[in-house]
Amino acid sequence: MSKINNSLYNIRLLDDLAQKESVVHKLHPLIKLLTTLVYLIVVVSFEKYDISALLPLIFYPVLLFSISELPVIPILKRVLFAMPFIIGIGIWNPLFDTQIIIVAGIHIARGWLAFFSLVLKCIFTVTASILLIASTGMGPLSHALRMLKVPKIFILQLTLTYRYLSVLMEEVSKMMRAHSLRAPQQKGIHPAIWGCFCGQLILRTFDRAKRVYDAMSLRGFHGEYPAGNLVKPKVSDFVYFISWSVFFILIRIYNLSDLMGDLFIEVIK
Amino acid sequence: MHMADALISPIVGGTMLAASTGVAAYSIKKVQKDLDEKKVPFMGVMGAFVFSAQMINFSIPATGSSGHLGGGMLLAIMLGPYAGFLTMASILLIQALFFGDGGLLAYGCNVWNLGVYTCFLAYPLFLWVTKKGFNSKRIFWGAMVSSLIALQLGAFSVVLETLFSGKTELPFGVFVLLMQPIHLAIGVVEGIVTAVIATFVWKARPEVLEQTANGEPIGSLSIKRILVVILVAAVLIGGSLSWFASENPDGLEWSMEKTAGSTELETEDEIHQALSRIQDKIAILPDYGFSSTNEGDTKPEGVLSNERIGTSISGIVGGFLTLILAIFIGFLIRFFKKKRRVSLKK
Repeated sequence: MSKINNSLYNIRLLDDLAQKESVVHKLHPLIKLLTTLVYLIVVVSFEKYDISALLPLIFYPVLLFSISELPVIPILKRVLFAMPFIIGIGIWNPLFDTQIIIVAGIHIARGWLAFFSLVLKCIFTVTASILLIASTGMGPLSHALRMLKVPKIFILQLTLTYRYLSVLMEEVSKMMRAHSLRAPQQKGIHPAIWGCFCGQLILRTFDRAKRVYDAMSLRGFHGEYPAGNLVKPKVSDFVYFISWSVFFILIRIYNLSDLMGDLFIEVIK
Repeated sequence: MHMADALISPIVGGTMLAASTGVAAYSIKKVQKDLDEKKVPFMGVMGAFVFSAQMINFSIPATGSSGHLGGGMLLAIMLGPYAGFLTMASILLIQALFFGDGGLLAYGCNVWNLGVYTCFLAYPLFLWVTKKGFNSKRIFWGAMVSSLIALQLGAFSVVLETLFSGKTELPFGVFVLLMQPIHLAIGVVEGIVTAVIATFVWKARPEVLEQTANGEPIGSLSIKRILVVILVAAVLIGGSLSWFASENPDGLEWSMEKTAGSTELETEDEIHQALSRIQDKIAILPDYGFSSTNEGDTKPEGVLSNERIGTSISGIVGGFLTLILAIFIGFLIRFFKKKRRVSLKK
């Protein structure tokens, strides 16, 4: 019950956030998508024991958060939801990779480094994906997909699924509330009614699909979906993409943390 | 069961994306050729249905726990393989973007694990079981067998993709032992839920299932062709990954080296020992060893590898400095933005 309300809230929150008008929101969606992809590739390309070299990549989400004025806590909460699977798999690293190494005078199993590096990568990648959608929104993102030559039928299907998501989730939420009022203290839907509970929903879905199709036909739909003209990226968009990409690649090549640490130690000396 | 971005290497992600894109392109071609335009909104709304149905908790008798629907099989049964596959692909994209389930890089892996197996390998099984016509029993067994197989294959692919990416030390045997039984249980629940929903729909609207199974408006399924496509994809994926593995010791070679090169060592840890015993029993490759835990060989190499993996003092100091600097800059920008807004208001 709370799960579905959480998801509904999540979708609406991200939708609302995408309506903001910051510098990042105004960038071309395709540029934002490509920048995110470069970032993701660079993040996951690091070796499994790299932590210090990986850390400078935190500049991307931090700068994006502050320039786009997106709220930090709600988005990081979403990131936390994605963590259990990674932790479940990563936690085996210290068990199996038990070679001892010395980090700042402390003896630890090398697997812990792999574990923390994995967790860090997960935080970075999930945050980047959610920041992309929170600063872009589904409409502009499908625009970007169209520019990438993704077939129209897939985009139409994607946007329709997205459009009807909240409608059907509300329907489910209502049904579950009704069910929980009639069957209090039950942890879920009883097996005896699995079929008719979901079946009712699916029948309602069919009817809704029929009404959607009728409404679309009345507005002139016959297989083609007019989606407006594609807007080309501006020079400033390209500058944004290139400067981030150069930054990511430099970080991939040089260990910025090491350089800063050396500098700091030199200065102290 | 969603693969996460953090678990895969760019090569594995890219290869799987290419493979899934191939299947998607073929499905789009089929759907465009045979599709009745009515089905487009139907696909869209069905996608939303599966998404919301995933939120319903089904209580599982005698366990006190609850499970939920994955929905891939149900989509294939309701929409046919091609439209079902495309619908699953769009659900997975929304999950990756909005919920951080899976990710953009791992998108190809997830579409493959959750879409290709259900729609193109398991669905033909469902058709085969129900080929003499629908009844409750046939729908039940068809849905059960196909869901079980689809989930086992999907879980096994997660294991392979993770191992090929070389991001974890989890040995093949243990990982398989973790994933497959869990997904057997999940598969049973998935099979039952799919079966009861499909039976309900068949009783209320028999034409939906029958039209789809007969290949009307959504396109017939040529199993032979699909098998050829999957075979070619498998060869391509296998070929490119093993080529990559021979270039990069992090992938296959890493596991092979361990298999052949090292012996098992005494460990004090009880869990570790128990796991190694289990692992001995189930390992496909015999004598799959652990990495060295010898105290003796760690000290000189330990320090060396310290330097290599960037945990030297300057790395640690620098790492902290980076964090502080990044967060400081973030706050600074917010502070100035706020200040500017206040002054604009005045």
